[in-house]
Amino acid sequence: MTVTGPTMTVTETPTRTATPSVVDGVGASAARPDGLPKVDGSFIYSSDEYHDGSLWGVTLRSPHPRARILGIDTSQAEGLDGVRCVLTHRDVPGSRTYGMKVYDQPVLAFDEVRYQGEPVAVVAATHPEIARRACDLIVVDYEELVPDTDPEMSLTGQVEGLFGGGLARHIKIRHGDVGAARAAADVVIEGRYELGTQDPAFLGPESGLAVPLGDGGVELYVSCQNLHLDQQQVADCLDLPLDKVRLVLSGVGGAFGGKEDLNVHIHACMLALRTARPVRMVYSREESFFGHVHRHPAIADIELGASRDGRLVFSKVRLVLDGGAYTSTSQVVIANGCYFAAGAYDVANVEIDGFATYTNNPPCGAMRGFGAVQSCYAIESAMDRLAAALDMHPLELRMRNAISEGDLLPTGQPVDGPAPVQEILAYLRDLPLPPDADHEAADMRARPGGVGNVTRGEGIRRGVGYALGMKAIGFSGGMDDTCTARVTVWIRDGEPVAEVYCAGPELGQGVVTLEAQIARSELGVRTVELRDKDTDIEESGASSASRQSWMTAGAVAGACGLVRDEILARAAAYLGRPAAGLVLDGREIRDQDGQRLVSVADVLGPESVSHPFTYRHRPTEPVDPERGQGNAHIAFAYAAHRAVVDVDIELGLVRVVEMATAQDVGKAMNPAGVEGQIEGGTVQGLGLAVMEELQITGGRIRNPSFTDYLIPTMLDVPPMPMKIFEFPHPDSPYGLNGVGEPPNLSSTPAVLNALRNATGLELPRAPVRPSDLVVEPSVQTGIA
Amino acid sequence: MKVNVTVNGVAHSVDHVWALESLLDFLRERVGLRGTKNACEQGECGSCSVYVDGVLVCSCLVAAVQVEGRSVVTVEGLASDGGVHPVQQAFLDAGAVQCGFCTPGMVVAAHCLLAGHPDPDDLTVREELSGNLCRCTGYQKILDAVSLAAERSGAAP
Repeated sequence: MTVTGPTMTVTETPTRTATPSVVDGVGASAARPDGLPKVDGSFIYSSDEYHDGSLWGVTLRSPHPRARILGIDTSQAEGLDGVRCVLTHRDVPGSRTYGMKVYDQPVLAFDEVRYQGEPVAVVAATHPEIARRACDLIVVDYEELVPDTDPEMSLTGQVEGLFGGGLARHIKIRHGDVGAARAAADVVIEGRYELGTQDPAFLGPESGLAVPLGDGGVELYVSCQNLHLDQQQVADCLDLPLDKVRLVLSGVGGAFGGKEDLNVHIHACMLALRTARPVRMVYSREESFFGHVHRHPAIADIELGASRDGRLVFSKVRLVLDGGAYTSTSQVVIANGCYFAAGAYDVANVEIDGFATYTNNPPCGAMRGFGAVQSCYAIESAMDRLAAALDMHPLELRMRNAISEGDLLPTGQPVDGPAPVQEILAYLRDLPLPPDADHEAADMRARPGGVGNVTRGEGIRRGVGYALGMKAIGFSGGMDDTCTARVTVWIRDGEPVAEVYCAGPELGQGVVTLEAQIARSELGVRTVELRDKDTDIEESGASSASRQSWMTAGAVAGACGLVRDEILARAAAYLGRPAAGLVLDGREIRDQDGQRLVSVADVLGPESVSHPFTYRHRPTEPVDPERGQGNAHIAFAYAAHRAVVDVDIELGLVRVVEMATAQDVGKAMNPAGVEGQIEGGTVQGLGLAVMEELQITGGRIRNPSFTDYLIPTMLDVPPMPMKIFEFPHPDSPYGLNGVGEPPNLSSTPAVLNALRNATGLELPRAPVRPSDLVVEPSVQTGIA
Repeated sequence: MKVNVTVNGVAHSVDHVWALESLLDFLRERVGLRGTKNACEQGECGSCSVYVDGVLVCSCLVAAVQVEGRSVVTVEGLASDGGVHPVQQAFLDAGAVQCGFCTPGMVVAAHCLLAGHPDPDDLTVREELSGNLCRCTGYQKILDAVSLAAERSGAAP
């Protein structure tokens, strides 16, 4: 293994004393409870859901990025043999629109289509091919309109025909006095950095099964990131009370933010209720590219000023994120992008303006990193430019300015909790570089371009680049964030069994593993059963914002504590002695000397003990609209990368040789799971650096397939040495911190900085294309 | 059309198969074996990897009628005794599974790789499995799983 496991623990701080004999409790690399069915093929994903007699639902989508709908004729489609119903906007029972933050996205388009791929009609038929052919028979009379696709126009708020004149939100952050600082700065640099549109490209497509119920309600088995928020939107659009809309989490084949917005949900339910038959819907890969939100493309203008000795004195950022046709989470993504646009640095004077726009481009919303990916890419690119202007090593510049506990963020919030940025950067500084490659002797699979390469190893330059990222963990800005879990203990064959019930979606990140680990640690039980996740329990919030481990851990540990207290109280009554001196140790109740007093089985008999617990993190506040000041966050997480690349400067081909990373995770609840998150996030960032971009022209996606939208393969990824720091967070369960997003932030700019280092080029845009990397022969000799 | 095929050792005779129906759809919808996944329908992602007469294929690129008289092995058929195959066990032990959607295809492809290369070097593993996309893991733990399976088979030093 090339990774080093978690190696540093400052202090062990579980909030409760774990039973020493626990196997696979908190902190162990416990096996996934869903691992076996996932390797033997029996795990049921939402695209595998099946019900006897089910129909297939298929969506008709707009071919135009913008058009007025003059009429829809479904008669031919309805006449096709095997078709059971064809539904349009006229058939939406309740709210015609939905959305995570703003109800602006039509269930089915009713006046205008605002992006290519917008749903216009849905068909239920006995076979998916019949449903597709029926879609071809629906006649939609469109009056094509010229799409507005330029976010720079939209941010004026003056574009007729777009929501808000094109402006979704303008965020302003003002801290200190940038004007005075600029006048005093020894060195000032400016740069514009652009980032293309990334797709979450989860492998498991949007899909689900809707089953009509006898009482007029509906049950939906679906893959999503927040069952309860989805339930609310579905119920509103179906005009049903919440208790008539039951959502059950089906197997989720990855999400990365792209399953926070609804996809098949309302359509499948409408078809099922209309036909009184179960309806399955599964998007094809091409449809999936149109069926979910993407990462916002970005344009960032940055100006940085520093003193001669490399201290940052001001940071001025203008960030434009194009949200496309509908709001989704754009207003929050731009806020998050702006909060961290000055990077993980201590800088006293900051001016940030962020704009989220509407256009007729494909809708953008949540994707792993949530705005901070874009701003990290920009600030970290600018930091390398500043380092060059100062003639200082880029890592040295970062270490001189790294944020630390107690420093004020641009939002005025003091950094609380550990901020071990120096330690993270020092690991990358001290880690030996990989050996130079002998390209002419190397296996061609190890050269830039791989086996499709035409190079023989000449013209290859090596580069090294660094980047640092920080992001808030959990919901910010005044949202009251809760997560509820219920834990039940009963006796089976003389052994206590714990059931954990919590709606926090398992997307692949392993929150189900943590649920079981926590129950084992808190109750000492060996057997933990996990109940299906559904809307019959109170909400758990979204598996997003790197928050679900934190929130679920708080809820499950809290419920376990209540269960344990009741078991001990019952044992006290059973034994006729005070509960205070009793200890629950798995199947036994012991005294404080470890002496066995009675079995849990004898105490409980045939009865069970069951408690829900609702966890809340500390309150946050919104930032003020004029200066963007406020204590908006509960916690921050930090990671950094060092990328080593080989670039063929004649052919523009890249091989990423190594991605080293360090991250503080507070507490590695499941070390193997933490490593997997860091490796996966790093590779998604690598993809954004060198290959992943939705090609969008005039509002149209030109590459909606895995043939044309490339994600990294095993041959594209390098070894990833890593260091996991465990500085316990002061007010989280077990001291943990969020893990999922930070590795996605600094990965992309580290690769870009390495490419800049290798080529001497500015590379103002990512992902880089081969043509960006070709160095003119006349300047090639000047490159180190 | 009628298709006669052996899947995981069981003979199936299926009527009314569509001429252009893929082996993938046939396995999932006609035979009811949904372990084989559909993630791209273009042979790019490898999620639908199965064996046809011992040859690794993307079942989305094979027409169901092409397997007439042949033998298909899917992820459900790798383990002979109702347990898990050592390659599957290695994926579990190495933590190579996250969302798991790529896993059935990846496991079948890794099974094929190790059959042909009992002790593969790093670049060989990467090349042989480069037709199987994974979006969650960054592949490192899948590489670890293949190494572990090779080591356990006794081929590795």
